[in-house]
Amino acid sequence: MSVNDYEMVCGVEVHAELATKTKIFCSCTTEFGGEQNTHVCPVCSGLPGVLPVLNREVVNLAIKAGLALNCEIADYSKFDRKNYYYPDLPKNYQTSQFDLPICKAGWLEIMVDEEKKRIGITRAHMEEDAGKLVHSGETITSSMESFVDYNRTGVPLLEIVSEPDMRSIPEVIAYLEQLVEILEYTEVSDCKLEQGSVRFDVNVSIRPKGSSEFGIRSEIKNLNSYSSVRRCLEYEIERQAKILDEGERVIQETRTWDEGKGITLSLRSKEEAHDYRYFPEPDLVPLVIDREWVERISQTLPELPVARRARFQSLGLSEYDAKVLTDSKDLADFFDQALIEYKDAKVLANWVMGDFSRILNAQQCAVGDSPITPLQLAELLKLIEKGTISGKIAKSVIEDMYTTGKDAGTIIKEKGLAQISDEGALSGIIDGVLAANPQSVEDYRAGKERALGFLVGQIMKATKGQANPGKVNQLLKGKLS
Amino acid sequence: MDITARSAAELHTMLESKAISATELVREFIDRINKVEGNVKAFVTLTEESALEQAAKQDEKIARGEKIGPLAGIPMAFKDNMCLTGIRTTCSSKMLENFIPPYDATVVERLLDAGAISLGKLNMDEFAMGSSTENSAFFPTHNPWDLSCVTGGSSGGSVASVAADEVAYSLGSDTGGSIRQPAAFCGVVGMKPTYGAVSRYGLIAFASSLDQIGPVTKTVRDNALVLNAIAGHDTKDSTSVPFEKPDYTEFLVNDIKGLKIGIPWEYFGEGIDQGVARVIQEAIETLKGLGAEVTECSMPHTEYAMPTYYLIAPAECSSNLARFDGVRYGHRSQNNEDIISMFRKTRAEGFGSEVKRRIMLGTYALSSGYYDAYYLKAQKVRTLIKQDFDNALEKFDVLLSPTAPTPAFKLGEKLTDPLSMYMSDICTSPLNLAGLPGISVPAGFVNGLPVGLQLMGKAFSEGMLYRVAYTFEQNTDFHKVKPELTAEVVL
Ligand SMILES: [Zn+2]
Repeated sequence: MSVNDYEMVCGVEVHAELATKTKIFCSCTTEFGGEQNTHVCPVCSGLPGVLPVLNREVVNLAIKAGLALNCEIADYSKFDRKNYYYPDLPKNYQTSQFDLPICKAGWLEIMVDEEKKRIGITRAHMEEDAGKLVHSGETITSSMESFVDYNRTGVPLLEIVSEPDMRSIPEVIAYLEQLVEILEYTEVSDCKLEQGSVRFDVNVSIRPKGSSEFGIRSEIKNLNSYSSVRRCLEYEIERQAKILDEGERVIQETRTWDEGKGITLSLRSKEEAHDYRYFPEPDLVPLVIDREWVERISQTLPELPVARRARFQSLGLSEYDAKVLTDSKDLADFFDQALIEYKDAKVLANWVMGDFSRILNAQQCAVGDSPITPLQLAELLKLIEKGTISGKIAKSVIEDMYTTGKDAGTIIKEKGLAQISDEGALSGIIDGVLAANPQSVEDYRAGKERALGFLVGQIMKATKGQANPGKVNQLLKGKLS
Repeated sequence: MDITARSAAELHTMLESKAISATELVREFIDRINKVEGNVKAFVTLTEESALEQAAKQDEKIARGEKIGPLAGIPMAFKDNMCLTGIRTTCSSKMLENFIPPYDATVVERLLDAGAISLGKLNMDEFAMGSSTENSAFFPTHNPWDLSCVTGGSSGGSVASVAADEVAYSLGSDTGGSIRQPAAFCGVVGMKPTYGAVSRYGLIAFASSLDQIGPVTKTVRDNALVLNAIAGHDTKDSTSVPFEKPDYTEFLVNDIKGLKIGIPWEYFGEGIDQGVARVIQEAIETLKGLGAEVTECSMPHTEYAMPTYYLIAPAECSSNLARFDGVRYGHRSQNNEDIISMFRKTRAEGFGSEVKRRIMLGTYALSSGYYDAYYLKAQKVRTLIKQDFDNALEKFDVLLSPTAPTPAFKLGEKLTDPLSMYMSDICTSPLNLAGLPGISVPAGFVNGLPVGLQLMGKAFSEGMLYRVAYTFEQNTDFHKVKPELTAEVVL
């Protein structure tokens, strides 16, 4: 059989760093980087006698993520200790959640090849991150020396476990993208993949197409980019298919992904799997979450991307435009804020995605750092609508707005860019142009329409483009008739 | 009476009236330590110099005419599992022989803020695991009443130092009886408060859901005074309870008329020494004579407390002690092949046999396939034991029992028989499982060795326990009898 004769079955565990200022059980900063072992205290470095105190903001964010992922939020939840020895884990146990996670039974919707599909979310639970090891050699066992940095230890994580609902690599990628988008949108996590603030574990098995039984799965841990997930799954499906084709059985095991070689390697089999000896964390009291708390968090839940896209389309934007705008929450927020002042969604979208985005991209400026505020952009567009400036002048005004941070009105005034709509003023200018170009006047009167365009051009030139084109046409035709 | 034999309350009066200065007082206690410590061996670390510095500060305050608190300027000491900045904290283990914590336990902070003068750190069973203080990696502590006997444990140094007048009072910790049982063996007053009444922050954990810090004192009044200083909610300990802390000394009234005292007969069963039973019977008669209504009652799950305790406590300890791996602090074995051998050798060298035994027990009880049969079952039985207490304490103000089944036994007597050693917590561990308060007060003697009376109460009813204990104390003379401490070291 070929790879195409098999169907993959995949579930994903996503570890997302929660966007709190301080760690989950102490008040150390969660800031990325920093000198080794400077973001530590007796609690997160696991000194004898210290005790954890749960950061409420971690719970708030976990509830928020759960709501955004359509989960049930537990009334009663608790922490458990996951016991295993590793030098990046100061207490040699990780405080996590075992049988009573804060969120369970949720779902999210993905779109692959124009088809919607719902992916189940089994659970989401809170836990602490471990530290970082640096070895003098390749691995901890082959190194003469290893160093450990506990800055990351105790950074709060949300582990989100999906159902084995995905049947293709595009579905897996769509699920991950959708999930990351939701976490970013809700500001639960800043999802900086390059800093490792989101990591993926995939569970994958294959089965002959048409079969309803699950195959034996392998779990590949610690992938940190979509492309790694894609390549890793491609490799793993092929590896498993080859095993099955040869009449062998896939072994249930944990594997790692070697990014350089592009292969997965066995880490430990099911028989060698750790016995984590989970038991309830006696240093923390159970977490009781009343409905009021959940309600309070749900009030802070922003409109999610799917709903926002639908709303943008209902404003008359194309599906494509709605997607471009909502791909970045900041850009969509900018659009929404400008929309309060300027109601023509289509014109606004063109400017936001057009000149505004172009200038920011050229300057490598994030939407959040833009010197042009949504209100300022709305004002600019209103000035076009009123005829104070032309669309063409506006394109240069917005450049000035970016560099100076000034309002459109101020720039127009300072540079004298306002359109000349005053009939008296225009009349004089037109008279002058007509007097200077008698041949064109004659040509026009002789029926040569093209001459009119030339005369308009001359008038615009004389006004440095500021003459109101509509008014010019109207007055010119009057004078020539 | 020697100054060092006086209660903290008496010493306070002397300091306040300037009959003695804090510095003089510290010197008195240092002299006393120099005289008896060679026989008693209560201290792991002595900090005389810093004690004198602290005393000088209190003297300045007194000289300035400032009002001093009831514990200010009075020498005391901490069990060596409570962290004190800059002072080594060993848990009487090789593992932490040179560990110097960079922070204070909450109880330490509170007592130092109250002006307490710390004379040092007190010996204990390694990581608080044991009932005789013979499991200290350094040396056993000797019972001041008979130097050939154990002090009980695990807070052996805490009780011996108080009984031998080396300090005015001390703090101990109680996981299954570790304050009360040794307090009974050494004839002092020991309180295990309600779980959550005193912060555990900075107490090096043995079993987190059972550990509780409490005062060891010469009198009931002193005990209430010390509890006043250390109890109360602490945001650094999530299991500490935000409760309205009373002034415990207000309960010290010499009156128990009409109070209902329950005697659970299960506490008087097999293994209870005849002499102990007789002393407790006399104490019951005394309390009856003072107007208490004493009735027998039953707590049917008591017999399961020991096995339950010896599953839950080791399970928690197997995880709590996992951090001692040689990576960050404490003992690290040398010349290791790799990280795994470093972990193994470090722990093999650093821990004593009782600690290893409990880590193995606990690891086994939590292992997959055994969890339901052991740990989970134990938790269910724990609930039943708690229900026993709830039911009994609905009918009674306090429950009464012997603190320990026997008086102090000989050093070495039970060292090779862990099960018989474990039995010495038979009367005290049920209370830890239930999270309730209990106090041991001196109630008499058997062959010259003290016997303790245990009073147990509802959650946060320490005041009621003090009232009964105080009334008993005021109407008996056992607390006034002092060990002679003339014998030479026997071992
Ligand atoms: Zn910290």
